[in-house]
Amino acid sequence: MQINKNIAISDSGFIFNPSSGDSFSTNQVGLDIIRLMKEGKKNEEIISEIVAKFSIDESTVEKDLGDFSLMLRSYQLLNEND
Amino acid sequence: MTSKKKITVAVSGLNNIDSPGPGIPVIRALKESEHFDVRIIGLSYETLEPGLYMRDLVDKSYSIPLPSSGIASLLERLKYIQEMEGIQVIIPNFDAELHSFIKLAPQLKSDFGIETFLPSQEQFESRHKSVLYEFGEENGVKVPYSKMIFSAAEIPALKNEFSYPLVIKGKYYDASIAATSEQATNYFHKISAKWGLPIIVQEFVSGNEVNVTAIGDGKGNCIGAVPMRKLYITDKGKAWAGVSLDDQQLIEITNRVIGNSKWKGGCELEFIKTKDGEYYLLEMNPRFPAWVYLAVGCGQNHPEALVRMALGEDVKPFETYDIGKLFVRYSFDQIVDLSDFERISTLGEL
Repeated sequence: MQINKNIAISDSGFIFNPSSGDSFSTNQVGLDIIRLMKEGKKNEEIISEIVAKFSIDESTVEKDLGDFSLMLRSYQLLNEND
Repeated sequence: MTSKKKITVAVSGLNNIDSPGPGIPVIRALKESEHFDVRIIGLSYETLEPGLYMRDLVDKSYSIPLPSSGIASLLERLKYIQEMEGIQVIIPNFDAELHSFIKLAPQLKSDFGIETFLPSQEQFESRHKSVLYEFGEENGVKVPYSKMIFSAAEIPALKNEFSYPLVIKGKYYDASIAATSEQATNYFHKISAKWGLPIIVQEFVSGNEVNVTAIGDGKGNCIGAVPMRKLYITDKGKAWAGVSLDDQQLIEITNRVIGNSKWKGGCELEFIKTKDGEYYLLEMNPRFPAWVYLAVGCGQNHPEALVRMALGEDVKPFETYDIGKLFVRYSFDQIVDLSDFERISTLGEL
């Protein structure tokens, strides 16, 4: 999964999609996931980094990442060609 | 540093109200011009147009006759104003007055030395709501199917050509989405009572509305274009806040429309972007939109470019604009002395 290249993400968790004009806010976990996606990390890598940083069990992160990705897709923030 | 050229520009559309005219944003753009030191002459139709009382933006104002009075009375009034002010350029900003100004443009130039930068009568008519479908076909842009109706009695038969919901639109302004033929009849009467006939019936296309403010040089070049999405919409459907977009496809469509039609002057293109990423042109307004100041904020001063072209200068197309710039409108109570209101009401000048 790849975040669309033109999406602007700030350190505060503010996300701006310049193609649609939509803006969103996310928390630190969401921000980290988006950053890891932008770096081109695979799902397994993202999960292990989140597990390590936030001390959560892997199955919870896996489920939450799935939900979060669906949300990103519905907001047209993911590159559909990927 | 070269000093700015002093010019006098007359601008209409001073109704900076909840359904605002473009006059005040156009004036703000001109006051910020890097090329001109602009004296603004406001042209008003009503005594409570807020721009009349904005002395920091409008240097002097005159009332002018409504378009329904005919072009002879408008010409007479402009002759008087010209004797007082020495106007170099007029920028009319109302759809309903453009027909008169387009017709008078050659005479304004030859008799009074006043320049305009307006579309031709043919261009003006070609993008009219009633023939927009054909305009789209000629210029390679999708337009929702539409037809004109002149009587509410034609509404029941619409089901043979359209499916509900459909859009009922006024000749110049107003549009409502009708889910049933009863609603369509209701909107027909409401809108025709305000704006007259015909009424335009348009296929409803679902998606996000995106708009472009643009300017053409009349030779097939798009001098500038800035796309915007409304972020806050009033109950009249007007943008109260919006943001500039990064939308190359929309810029390309705008370039094509302006290029093919050899559009001369400012305009606003209103699109619906569907879920599948297709663009449908809903309207092409033949003047700057009320949000044109966003273009200035994004680095493209379209009103200044228009004045330069009206004065015969060669203007190169803008190549960039800032993405993600917002405009947020606000309302403001001006305190006005009764004597000012009296002057514009009785003398027609302020």
